Amino acid sequence: METRPVSQRCKGARDLLPEDLELFRHIEGIFCRSCSSWGYREVRTPTLEYLSLFTAAGMLTPSMLNRVYSFLDWDGWSGERVVLRPDGTIPIARLYAENPSRWKPARLFYVTNVFVFEETGTENRERWQCGVEFIDGSPPGADVEIMALAVEILHNLGLDNVEILLSHAGVLKALVQELKLDSDERARLLDRVLDGDWATLAQIKSYEPGVQEFLSLVLSSKGMRSAFVRNLRSLPRLPQSIESALDEFTRVAELLDALGISYRIDITSVRGFEYYTGVCFQFLCNGRRVGSGGRYDDLISLIGGRSVPACGFALYMDPLMALVSGGKEQSGDKRVVVRCEEVTPEYMRVGFTLARMLRKQGYSVEFSFADFRSTPLCRWLIKIRGKPEEFLVVDKESQRRRKVRSIDCVIDVIGGEQAFGR
Amino acid sequence: MVDNRVLSPIKIALPKGRLLSATACFLKEAGIDFANYDEQSRIYRLRSPEHPFVSAKVFQEKDIPVQVSVGNYDLGICGLDWVEELVSKYPSSPLLKVLNLGYGRGGIYATSSKFGGIDNFQKLLDQRHSIRIATEYPNLAETMALRFRLRRFRIFPVWGAAEVYPPENAEIALLWAEDETEVSAQNLVPLKNVLQTSAFLVANKVSWETKDLSWVAGIFSSALGRRSKPWLKIRPGAKKTVNGFRPNAQAGKIWLALPDGHQQAPTLEFLNRAGLTLEGYSLGVLDRRPKCAIDWLCVKVIRPQDMPLQVANGNFDLAITGVDWFLDHIHRFPSSPVTKLLDLGFGRVKIVAVVSRDLRVYDIAGLRHHVESKKLLVPRVASEYVNIADKYLRDNHFSRYKLIPTWGASEAFLPEDADLLIENTQTGRTLAEHGLRTIDTLFESVACVIGNKDSLKDPEKKEKISELIEIFSRVTEGN
Repeated sequence: METRPVSQRCKGARDLLPEDLELFRHIEGIFCRSCSSWGYREVRTPTLEYLSLFTAAGMLTPSMLNRVYSFLDWDGWSGERVVLRPDGTIPIARLYAENPSRWKPARLFYVTNVFVFEETGTENRERWQCGVEFIDGSPPGADVEIMALAVEILHNLGLDNVEILLSHAGVLKALVQELKLDSDERARLLDRVLDGDWATLAQIKSYEPGVQEFLSLVLSSKGMRSAFVRNLRSLPRLPQSIESALDEFTRVAELLDALGISYRIDITSVRGFEYYTGVCFQFLCNGRRVGSGGRYDDLISLIGGRSVPACGFALYMDPLMALVSGGKEQSGDKRVVVRCEEVTPEYMRVGFTLARMLRKQGYSVEFSFADFRSTPLCRWLIKIRGKPEEFLVVDKESQRRRKVRSIDCVIDVIGGEQAFGR
Repeated sequence: MVDNRVLSPIKIALPKGRLLSATACFLKEAGIDFANYDEQSRIYRLRSPEHPFVSAKVFQEKDIPVQVSVGNYDLGICGLDWVEELVSKYPSSPLLKVLNLGYGRGGIYATSSKFGGIDNFQKLLDQRHSIRIATEYPNLAETMALRFRLRRFRIFPVWGAAEVYPPENAEIALLWAEDETEVSAQNLVPLKNVLQTSAFLVANKVSWETKDLSWVAGIFSSALGRRSKPWLKIRPGAKKTVNGFRPNAQAGKIWLALPDGHQQAPTLEFLNRAGLTLEGYSLGVLDRRPKCAIDWLCVKVIRPQDMPLQVANGNFDLAITGVDWFLDHIHRFPSSPVTKLLDLGFGRVKIVAVVSRDLRVYDIAGLRHHVESKKLLVPRVASEYVNIADKYLRDNHFSRYKLIPTWGASEAFLPEDADLLIENTQTGRTLAEHGLRTIDTLFESVACVIGNKDSLKDPEKKEKISELIEIFSRVTEGN
């Protein structure tokens, strides 16, 4: 058996082989076409950004910042670190802040890679995602629009058993704000909760009684309809900040009800991203998280732009590629192999002319030179032989063959306009 | 106690410097006495006459976590600060903290100047502009900055003398001190204790999981359990200076950085010959801000290694350093606004490529053939000049190699901990004494004046800089 050479690939990196990339392009194509048909326009941001873009409070949590690829580049004498883009949304917010009056509102989408260190190296450290950002779009309309768009994309990808998990970051932030903590302690508590440790919140006893009841209800119940949020809202003695977060949450949930988009409400499903301020959501498919998003009204002003409401989501390529089928090579009917019996100037001239004409007709044409041992997969095989300008057309499907004497005749035969002989 | 087990050889990395005396005392009390492990000795490879299965090598403290992680040593003794400096950046390092040895206690403090406007921790958090952090612990500094959510920060790694940077060259110095009192005694404000440290016994994870190290761990544990612990009484004599600098109107002043350490004596001699007298820059006295007779000239004493980066960032207009450190900087940052203005003629050294005499290699091409013929898989290259070494290996078409940054005493790395050394040498005698062979000379380095290109664009500064360069030139031309 052939022994494989030791891989020289970086730990946590991967190659996409032709089959992988066909699937990738299939998903990307559906995503881009869907976004375009909703009026979104594609943008692309650089792979390198300054680290300082991501470090301010309200951006990435320290546990995420500890996993970024940051380094000093050739300009690093000033001490300014650069980073391989660790997140898709923040660069888009920067792009918007730097081009403020271009769009009103800005409906943008992108397909990009993000780089996140992962210790074992068994998962990809370079991850692709398809993202959508709706900037200068207010709740509840914009939130519902992007969620409906995400559902449509997933449907177009053939994923119909998608589950939406809904939450509201404003509720979490209001709860943390209710604790009388200094800014350092509050940031650290928020970090822990965003890393998934909601139990921490429940252990704190210093809440007002109303908040305590609210918290234990939120931790122990999940909802399926906007009514659930209204029920929570009806509790007595809630602080103003929680009430207004719940009001916004209700309006979004009601619209989703009206559109027949089903979801599950789990307030504790806010994860990871500190910049979310409003409704947050995750898309699950067969138990795998295939995407997530939410509202981030403070982000653009934190970067230095004006204060504009915004929301967005990203779909993750890795789980999608495992779930979606399709994107296989085009059917063999359009594939032609041209085989030259000899590699001489005359044969090559004829062969390349034939190939060019066929490609113009929409065929994918591959050459098979005389010294090739195997013929690639295809329906049509055209042999150029003997005296130049003699072609043997073989239909491998029906095992029929015909000799013709001009390129036009070849095209007519495989196009069905001239019948095979015997 | 008679131990009948057959013990496989155990390799320990031991610290030089701050922790040496207390470590030597602890080892002796624990029952493992290494000959020649003392401040004066220049012997790096140690043996214990009574316990021949244990061998040790002496390193700079900050090299030890790296050496133990890469598996060159089973065990090591160093401060927790250097362990965390490695682990905070590379959490998957195979390094285990085995025992807290308790001595060498201190802390890593974020400190500032009394006169810099940041005199408490909250003010640091509230800063909107970029915060400059000077430190020997760049990884800990980054972890700290991220943890405290500093909005913008820049880290300036320094080889030493971090305490002298605030307030005008950095808002924060992140440094080791015994306690807050020691920080205050340096006239600095202790803003936050980032880490409590003391000496630790660390182990390579694979060694710990597969090899019997219990003999060492056992005698250490029993020593720690004793009532009398004389090693705790040994305290390192810290050589720190007081930073009472109060910034004043400095428009039009020229900042000059002068070297400490080995370069101080020849620099002092040169300045004397130039007729430039400095109060506080004489041998034996360490005033990091000597006074100069020229009223527009401000002088500060820092490490020559740190000068190019400091000049690039406009903290100094001029500096006297070596061509070696200038090139190391330029190879790393080609767009840096530092330029060499004048060679000063003293401090002449050769930068050479060195291998062990046991290796049958006589030039750099020979080393490459050695690698190509698989006699050496991935050459390990130790150097203080990582960027010079990196470029040298690239230019000589080495496709794979590992760079090991060192902090002095690099000659001890060959042959067991490195295959190639890029090192400076005056006469080559030390290298020969260590059984090493020079296979190439990269270039000759000499002391030089470097300057900031932007300072030279300022007409007022340019005039003063030209004046100084002229004074220096007169001395070099007189040579």
